[in-house]
Amino acid sequence: MGKISKEMQIEMLKKITEIRRFEERTVQYYQKSKIWGYLHPYIGEEAVAVGACMALKKEDYIISTHRGHGHAIAKGADFNKMMAELFGKSTGYCKGRGGSMHIADTELGMLGANGIVGGGLPISVGAGLSCKMEKKGRVIICFFGDGAANNGVFHEALNMSAVFKLPVIYICENNLYAISMCARESVAGNDIAARAKGYGIPGYKADGSDVIAMYEAVEKAVDYARKGNGPSLIEAETYRFLGHHPNDPALYRPKGEAEDEKKNRDCLKNFKEKLIEDKVITEEQFSEMEKEIEKRIDAAVEFAENSPEPELDKFLERVAINQ
Amino acid sequence: MREIEYREAIKEACIEEMDRNPKVFLLGEDIGVYGGAFRAYKGLLEKYGPERVVNTPISEQAILGGAIGAALTGYRPVAEIMFVDFCTLAMDQIVNQAAKINFMTGDALHVPMVLRTQGGSGTGIAAQHSQSLESWFYHIPGLKVVMPATPYDVKGLLKTAIRDNDPVIFIEHKTIYLNKGPVPEEEYTIPFGVADIKREGSDVTIFAYSAMLLKALAAAEELAREGISCEVIDPRTLVPLDTDALINSVKKTNKLIVVSEAVERGSVASDILAIVNDKAFDFLDAPVKRVCGLNSAIPYNSKLEKACVPTKENIMQAVKGML
Ligand SMILES: Cc1ncc(C[n+]2csc(CCOP(=O)(O)OP(=O)(O)O)c2C)c(N)n1
Ligand SMILES: [Mg+2]
Repeated sequence: MGKISKEMQIEMLKKITEIRRFEERTVQYYQKSKIWGYLHPYIGEEAVAVGACMALKKEDYIISTHRGHGHAIAKGADFNKMMAELFGKSTGYCKGRGGSMHIADTELGMLGANGIVGGGLPISVGAGLSCKMEKKGRVIICFFGDGAANNGVFHEALNMSAVFKLPVIYICENNLYAISMCARESVAGNDIAARAKGYGIPGYKADGSDVIAMYEAVEKAVDYARKGNGPSLIEAETYRFLGHHPNDPALYRPKGEAEDEKKNRDCLKNFKEKLIEDKVITEEQFSEMEKEIEKRIDAAVEFAENSPEPELDKFLERVAINQ
Repeated sequence: MREIEYREAIKEACIEEMDRNPKVFLLGEDIGVYGGAFRAYKGLLEKYGPERVVNTPISEQAILGGAIGAALTGYRPVAEIMFVDFCTLAMDQIVNQAAKINFMTGDALHVPMVLRTQGGSGTGIAAQHSQSLESWFYHIPGLKVVMPATPYDVKGLLKTAIRDNDPVIFIEHKTIYLNKGPVPEEEYTIPFGVADIKREGSDVTIFAYSAMLLKALAAAEELAREGISCEVIDPRTLVPLDTDALINSVKKTNKLIVVSEAVERGSVASDILAIVNDKAFDFLDAPVKRVCGLNSAIPYNSKLEKACVPTKENIMQAVKGML
């Protein structure tokens, strides 16, 4: 990884840590009912979003899923607006209307999380079309899960992007589960990357627990897309450390599986240890970084707590106008 | 009489019908070890095995198409779509296929399938998980639409749905799965097209179904203490609709309020107004009043969410406004 500067590596570690700590906090506030509805923690999968988004420029797009906090943070989303949205406040990304599953940030080119599994896949075709028509070399990353890869929209999106050679990077976050359904039992052929062959586009797997591997895989696909060659499909092999949502004990997983993953494939722990070993960062510098992140999250929580609820009158006015 | 939960009543109906007819089977997402998103099928995989409790990938079209195909070839599938919102991904199978096959083939083919799903707001899961889409199905000739509000009704109606020779859209409500109510140990079924007067009264008729029925009953109870007598009528099945029971009640009270959680525009409630206008106009002492959902998507923030659907207070106000 010669060309990946120390600064970049530190930035990667920082982003991974940001997502991990942010997500831990959202789970805590979910348990305290400050956050409600559905919450899908990204813990364990951080290296996928971080590696992928590091390969993008600011003006590039991403489109996300129901498990979208990590994608948003990796693209640079604002903690305050995120936390406020989760707290249902008027200062949140969606003015309290969307909650966890609908965070979007147009300035960052983050075209939105989605409550519908696979919902972003066809939309990425349109964003890809606009990137192509604009001819500014922009690309879009479309994140989706192993579960989404089994929905019909997957086929339509990949086929259409491939025939039109659209600059879309499809990143399937294969965390082995779609709620309780194991990918081993639901993905025919048990090889999502291999499906690329059918569309005549590049398809490969990447270790989703290794941020450098993710970065290199996505960078290759981004470069390919920017040159006008069309889409790629990357299957990121990752793992959801928690249940599908905070109240899911995930009893459907084989005993020991999650423990093994946490022990051996923790992207934060492994990357941190590597950077310390490579003398890119010291233990002290890391805990400084961590403290600074915690502080920013504390501030976001405070911001969310102190923010006003959406005004009912304003909401009803909008309904009356827009119905 | 013993009392059981709404979701237990669903399970009992499935068990009785599966034991009665080996051609009955279940399919849907996360209905295996997970027991369904609302745990209505808990233990059924262990009891019947994976051939009769078919845990599917996230493939709504193939789930419903699969149900149609199995129905055409001698089976009686009960297909679950986790949220009514996700039926949108399979509307072709519902609207152009299931609903029309019997008609188009000159009665040569029948589609004895049940689509079990759930809808409604109230749990803070926002716009893509909280809709009330019954009017979509109500609009399509060839579909029966069932919306039970109590454990007793859900059991009796689900058994009837499974025995029916045509496609039945069976819509539960996400907020009532844990509600308990009397359900006899002895077997029973409830015929389609027979409304249930859930409360007798003389001043006003309130027509309400699904979770709104419970709010209407609570409103009627409170109004009774103020000396106002409401008759609460639960159609239980929207198609076929027990028009006679509705008209008879209107003839008795001369006033009608139609309560529905669904967006008012283009709603079943609006159609009830038209029916009563056509068949009982001369018996009305006041214009029929609708108490419906706002013409809005459902927001995340709880305060806003509550404002989007009728409350007990809204119903009481409407009743008082009519007297
Ligand atoms: C079309 C649709 N079907 C079903 C669901 C319910 N659901 C929400 S998340 C989920 C699992 C998604 O699995 P995957 O795509 O692997 O993403 P992961 O949760 O593992 O990140 C399901 C079935 C949904 N939201 N949308
Ligand atoms: Mg998954």
